Amino acid sequence: MIAQILFIALCGVATYFFAKNVGKIRRNILLGKDIDLTDNKPERWKTMLKVAFGQTKMAVRPVPFVLHFIVYAGFILINIEVLEILIDGIFGTHRVLSFLGPVYDVAIGFFEILAFGVLVSCIVFLARRYIVKLARFQSPELKGFANRDAATILFIEIILMGALLKMNAADQILQARGIHHYIAAGSFPISSWLVVPIYNLFSTETLIYTERIAWWFHIIGIFLFMNYLPFSKHFHVIMAFPNTWYSNLKAKGNLNNMASVTQEVKLMLDPSAVVPEGYEPPTSFGVKDVTDLTWKNLMDAYTCTECGRCTSVCPQNQTGKVLSPRKIMMDTRDRLDEVGKNIDANNGSFVDDQKNLHSYISEAELWACNTCNACVEACPININPMEIIVEMRRFKVMEQSSAPAPINSMFTNMENNQAPWQFSPMDRANWTQE
Amino acid sequence: MSEFRVRTMADMMAAGEETEILFWVGCAGSFDERAQKITKAVAKILHAAGIKFAILGTEEACTGDPAKRAGNEFLFQMMAMQNIETLNAYGIKKIVTACPHCFNTLKNEYPSLGGEYEVLHHTTLINQLLSQGKISIQGGAFAGQRITYHDSCYLGRANNIYEAPREIIEKLDGALVEMKRSKANGLCCGAGGAQMFKEAEEGTKEVNIERADDMLEANPNVVAAACPFCMTMLRDGIKHHNKEAEIEVKDIAELVATAMDL
Repeated sequence: MIAQILFIALCGVATYFFAKNVGKIRRNILLGKDIDLTDNKPERWKTMLKVAFGQTKMAVRPVPFVLHFIVYAGFILINIEVLEILIDGIFGTHRVLSFLGPVYDVAIGFFEILAFGVLVSCIVFLARRYIVKLARFQSPELKGFANRDAATILFIEIILMGALLKMNAADQILQARGIHHYIAAGSFPISSWLVVPIYNLFSTETLIYTERIAWWFHIIGIFLFMNYLPFSKHFHVIMAFPNTWYSNLKAKGNLNNMASVTQEVKLMLDPSAVVPEGYEPPTSFGVKDVTDLTWKNLMDAYTCTECGRCTSVCPQNQTGKVLSPRKIMMDTRDRLDEVGKNIDANNGSFVDDQKNLHSYISEAELWACNTCNACVEACPININPMEIIVEMRRFKVMEQSSAPAPINSMFTNMENNQAPWQFSPMDRANWTQE
Repeated sequence: MSEFRVRTMADMMAAGEETEILFWVGCAGSFDERAQKITKAVAKILHAAGIKFAILGTEEACTGDPAKRAGNEFLFQMMAMQNIETLNAYGIKKIVTACPHCFNTLKNEYPSLGGEYEVLHHTTLINQLLSQGKISIQGGAFAGQRITYHDSCYLGRANNIYEAPREIIEKLDGALVEMKRSKANGLCCGAGGAQMFKEAEEGTKEVNIERADDMLEANPNVVAAACPFCMTMLRDGIKHHNKEAEIEVKDIAELVATAMDL
């Protein structure tokens, strides 16, 4: 009875804090400018099914695709067993779903195989990161928290899967020994050879404790993991789904036309043009801080799991420039977190902290971009770092007039000669005469 | 153009003649000496196909693409609105262009500013003309040649055009060889995003030299391009490796014009 009350209390606390922190992230995302991404719903569902559920964009790199798919399938399917753990915990039952008979046996057996697969995959992931040292995990932006974050997640997963296998091992021995409460249920294709040979040496009493400890460890581990998510890159396990639903469905080359500029340009070209009623000239252009980005850009930032596929295909990053599309996303999230904390600390309103997104992202990064869309194409969950770069360039150019000198000359040529070079517009058709 | 006269929309209008398609030449195609050869090849192909086409001539202005990518939305929209006014005044319905940047801007970014046209890149149009038999390639000008195709970002990733240029190369009788990074995974030439007009940021290598390494690895006789800016970058990359005698960089239109003996 005490165990049940403790369990219910634990569930309550874990859910409360998780909901609270997810709520903060939601609030932060909605600090972004509005953009309508609800058109063409059938296409959006299709994109989400393909890209998030089906992980089609992961398949470009087969090795991590297979490993990640095992961990992903494990995450989704083993959660069915967590459902049973929740019911058992609340009602003090044991393996409550075992009335399903053969179906239950097959399911538990399958989960064991998956759990073992997840465990092995996570070990390989650690090896890729820390022994093989894959290039995309060595970038400067991964120093510090980002690096600890990655290792933490992999260790937690390994420990959780270990606890599941230990719990099952102890359980099946207790079942075999005919101990009361441990009804015969489930099949254990992995733990029966991996753990049981050792546990067989233990007394029944020790095994009951072991089973209970592993059970509690597993569920508490899951609660802790759940509450770590909102602070981690691992939040992508949730965000990947909404983020792909809200994908850009237009051609990748289509960069938005700023509506705020259109009216101004119309007036510039024709001062007698009719101004729509209630028209107010825009007060700022481009992105100075995260709140000038759209909520989709901000959602992108919370969705990024820092895998670095974007950076590994960026032509500028590959040739030694400081630009790294992954860093653009990480900086956006860091700054947004900072703005969110500022709002929390100041009773719901932002107090100027003399910083903005440009304090995080340098001109050398912004002016290196080729707008080649390689990063956008590479992202397995449809994040767009390029849009943020162009929006920040807009601020540099239209608010601060601080483009590099050759870019300013290009602008001048375009204004005076209708071409980016200093040729006379009257010579444009000279090639026809040659 | 000694073989025939390329006419402007103004000429056509004055003569009261209908124009099937507007050939949008673009700034590089108009002024860059190397790109002018691509422009002429496109004009010859259109002429050979018996298409009634015209150019805007001095009425054409930059689409505004480099300004937009560099963050100058004011300048972009000014250029765009002037061009749209010109295009709409002539009642243009269909446009072909040899520049993927012009293509992308005209196709994707002009509609919401009031400029709606059917826009084709020259590789798509040439491929159509070949399939329809309106032009044909005789002889084996490229028989036995290894041809690799460099995907322009603004055709490929930006607009999902990967096959038309490759289908044309297949029809040329040569062997199409792929670089290790191609199609959606193709490496940029280094020109896009207004980089063409500035020095590279500090780094260890130029992007076009990184791309030239890919080209050399594929060991081609010909590198096929479909963008005048890629053309400049790729040629410089090849020159950097002193391979300009062995490897030619040609636009798809030039390859077709050569194969057609134009």
